[in-house]
Amino acid sequence: MDEGTGGTVDGAKSFLDVRDLRIHFPTDDGLVKSVDGLSFRLERGRTLGIVGESGSGKSVTSLGILGLHNRRNAQVSGEIWLNGTELVSAPPEDVRKLRGREMSMIFQDPLSSMHPHYTVGKQIIEAYRVHNDVSKQVARKHAIDMLGRVGIPRPDRRVDDYPHQFSGGMRQRAMIAMALSCDPELLIADEPTTALDVTVQAQILDLIRDLQQEFNSAIIMITHDLGVVAELADDILVMYGGRCVEYGGVDDVFHRPEHPYTWGLLGSMPRLDRPPSERLMPIKGTPPSLINLPTGCAFNPRCAYEGLTEGKATTERPELRETSPGHSVACHMAAERRRRIWTDEIAPKL
Amino acid sequence: MGAIALLLVISAVTFAIFFLLPRLAGTTNDDLAARFAGKAPTPETVAAVKERLGFDDPIAVQYGDFIKAVVVGDTYDTGTAKIDCPAPCFGYSFRTNTNVTDQLLDRIPVTLSLVVGAAVLWLAIGVAIGVLSALRRGSFFDRAAMLIALAGVSLPIFFTGLLSLTFVVHAWGLLPPVSYHSFLDNPFAWAGNLILPWVTLAFLYAAMYARMTRAGMLETLNEDYIRTARAKGLPENKVITKHALRATLTPLLTLFGLDIGLLLGGAVLTEKTFSLAGLGRLALDGVNGSDLPVVLGVVMVAAIFIVLANLVVDVLYGVVDPRVRHS
Amino acid sequence: MSTSDDKRPADAEAAEAAAAVSGATAADVAVDDRPAVADGEVLLDVRNLGKHFPVHAGLLRRQVAAVKAVDGVSFSVRKGETLGLVGESGCGKTTTGRMVMRLLDSSFGKITFEGQDITKLSQKRMRPLRRDIQMIFQDPYSSLNPRQTVGAIVGAAFRLQKIDTKVPVKKAVQELLELVGLNPEHYNRYPHEFSGGQRQRIGIARTLALRPKLIVADEPVSALDVSVQAQVVNLLEDLQDELDLTYVVIAHDLSVVRHIADRVAVMYLGKIVEIADRNDLYERPMHPYTNALLSAVPIPDPAERENRKRIRLQGDVPSPLEPPPACRFHTRCWKAQDICKEKEPPLVELSPGHEAACHFPENTTVSATDLVAAQTAALKGQAAEASVVKGEPDDDD
Repeated sequence: MDEGTGGTVDGAKSFLDVRDLRIHFPTDDGLVKSVDGLSFRLERGRTLGIVGESGSGKSVTSLGILGLHNRRNAQVSGEIWLNGTELVSAPPEDVRKLRGREMSMIFQDPLSSMHPHYTVGKQIIEAYRVHNDVSKQVARKHAIDMLGRVGIPRPDRRVDDYPHQFSGGMRQRAMIAMALSCDPELLIADEPTTALDVTVQAQILDLIRDLQQEFNSAIIMITHDLGVVAELADDILVMYGGRCVEYGGVDDVFHRPEHPYTWGLLGSMPRLDRPPSERLMPIKGTPPSLINLPTGCAFNPRCAYEGLTEGKATTERPELRETSPGHSVACHMAAERRRRIWTDEIAPKL
Repeated sequence: MGAIALLLVISAVTFAIFFLLPRLAGTTNDDLAARFAGKAPTPETVAAVKERLGFDDPIAVQYGDFIKAVVVGDTYDTGTAKIDCPAPCFGYSFRTNTNVTDQLLDRIPVTLSLVVGAAVLWLAIGVAIGVLSALRRGSFFDRAAMLIALAGVSLPIFFTGLLSLTFVVHAWGLLPPVSYHSFLDNPFAWAGNLILPWVTLAFLYAAMYARMTRAGMLETLNEDYIRTARAKGLPENKVITKHALRATLTPLLTLFGLDIGLLLGGAVLTEKTFSLAGLGRLALDGVNGSDLPVVLGVVMVAAIFIVLANLVVDVLYGVVDPRVRHS
Repeated sequence: MSTSDDKRPADAEAAEAAAAVSGATAADVAVDDRPAVADGEVLLDVRNLGKHFPVHAGLLRRQVAAVKAVDGVSFSVRKGETLGLVGESGCGKTTTGRMVMRLLDSSFGKITFEGQDITKLSQKRMRPLRRDIQMIFQDPYSSLNPRQTVGAIVGAAFRLQKIDTKVPVKKAVQELLELVGLNPEHYNRYPHEFSGGQRQRIGIARTLALRPKLIVADEPVSALDVSVQAQVVNLLEDLQDELDLTYVVIAHDLSVVRHIADRVAVMYLGKIVEIADRNDLYERPMHPYTNALLSAVPIPDPAERENRKRIRLQGDVPSPLEPPPACRFHTRCWKAQDICKEKEPPLVELSPGHEAACHFPENTTVSATDLVAAQTAALKGQAAEASVVKGEPDDDD
């Protein structure tokens, strides 16, 4: 088993403890290794940002935790411990009962994620009543209360509106109200603001931050936007080709990143806090297909420092190793060298 | 409003087809009157018919008379007797000496019984098989069901109908011969004697509906809101019935309404195969016997059914899909 | 430099009266129909451009309302520069781009390209100009014919416009592919064999084949992965230097626009609320909306979390079907006072090259009295022009 990325391996389990998770999908074209040996931990009240590009496996990871991946053709191995319960080997019915109550999820597009034929209230009431044996009236009161708590004005009236009558931002608020209706301890947000305007995105990020303080839940924030995780996350997991390439506290990853891919992501972003005249430093090539991952280090064809790995880049997969307490990197380069490259070559240009 | 306008257009077109086109093709008013007068009429009768039906009037006047008769009724003078045709009057068949409206009223219950019974069957069976097929995509059940559905869609009604008649009724005697009994007189006889046409007609439509339900269901199951329903922890059976089925059936509703409307205008093949005296048979006989008023009457009734069905579908759609209601 | 720009008057009646206005105004009131040009020749000039989409209802499909997608915008683009159009959904930036491309007819206003009025040119007379004005789309895949090879797609551009390539077309296409960073040997491949970023490069190559003078790029990188986004941004910049291109870049991402634009116009509900040189706009934003937009952009630096001043707007953008009266931003503005609900502030120049449409602008030394004077002058300028300038409203109000 891979070394736990969230710290040292010991018997005590974190609130959420994912160990060597693998989710593979056999297809006619070959085996799609969407998630290929992922380990991380998360405690209550903390936010983990999972960052990656398309095809990095970040969304499949979140669906896998909730047991929402396509079960028919998925091969899943590894362990997912949530609050002492192992989910991978648990019967689907048991996982189903945890969904919505212990762990819930909000999605990228709030319009398509809500049923167009039912009112917003009805959908929240349904979410609440699955796990709570209460009357419709009580559930309705709760739905109105939740809508109010996520900042929807006049919730007693909006509760009977249909999703299409809400604006984009209000819909995402309603989705959050629905996800939080049973007070789950784990909330997974999959690109929750990508479909929203920037001023609305800021509101939703604020809301998630406030609600976390109120509910003290653990949050996994999945995004391609480094700006969003910098605003919200405590820890960051950078995914590439179905694996974790760098994991650490938000300060480590933004101020002392050690993986060339993380450098590339940081160099690719136009940012408002840097002079605009500076040229972007993109990563060459494109994200790999999960069917035909490059041998050895999956990042090697795009890596500018592939030559510094003593030939191991194409033959050996780099293991995730702790480089300083709480900060792990999967790279063949020597830690000393990585740090030097960052401070001498990369950081000055960002 | 729209529906009435549509009916007027349809009636005008139908009227034109029967009265204007033949003239363009060289048919004289005398020829036309002869058709209305029945088989082998004397020149006097033809002249009388022509006079009475106003074939020498401009076409617009004739159409106006036709519509007027539908709304307020009319009186026909055969020369020997005056025939009163109360509203809604769809004309008078001189060939059979009967009021077209009476004939229509006589036939409508037969077609209605046939179509309603079949519709209940095909909707229940088609949707159920479609849903099960979608949920077990690729399974033996799915493949078998889709193979049978393909057969159902491809085999013509007169083939399946005659085949079932031959074996079920005549060879094995499992069911009584097909005939129509009024539901009000004897519901059991009504149902028992219509089972075979119901099943035959439903087989074709159930096959189509199963295929469409399956396709729709597979599409719906990939929707984001289905994922949301599962993420809430909803049991799978509720995900299917409350969320997926609802969205799948909505577009089927339009089709269902149209199919019912179309069939109510006459399930010609089924009625012919099982010798049921419905609207379709009436139209067929009317065409064979050159009985234009009857044909015109059936076409009008069929149009009314289709327009009504559309109207009902539109209203229902608004109820089922709130996005339609609010746009 | 004093780019002239206009704004429609404050209250509704005046707005109607001046619907046809194209105008010019600066702080010191340079009432001038002709775009004033300081440096560089103006390639594209847009005056009081608007698009109202009629909304029909009822049995007779009578027009009951109009979506005022774009409601009188003016800007000019000089040769070799990049103008960024930013704003949130529904602000009309895409509609503006499509009108400039003449893919969409404008409801009122005037578009001048290289001194020629192209607002009402027929499709036929537009054709020779199509070469000069080209578009890059957001979704590269849907704009490429899946049944054609890359060579055919790019080559078709040469053939259609009968461009003399001097070398065989295949050679010319391969040179272009190389220019945009694609392998020339992929000449015979189909679009589906490429990744998103590569498809965008194909789209760019096709655009460049026509040697356009102006490229309108509508969200050119928003569908791409971050690492690929940067490649395309750099490519657009390199091509501009190499081929002396002029861009209008339409985007919702303020960081991307800041990176590639020389000047930036911020749009809100069909109006330009602020337009300025890039550095000016991002460092000293005057309009509260620009301020709020900038403050909402997440900064990829956790150290900034505590330091940043945050402005949080309430609610979503109102519907362009019923935009708020007077200043359209007043419903979400924390500085709004009564005057904002009564008088629409015209776009006035508050420092050289920096125009804003606000009664209470920030980051400016212009006194309140001077501001009012400038605004009054601007409105007067518009009214004066209304009697002179063409530009007929068709389905306006």
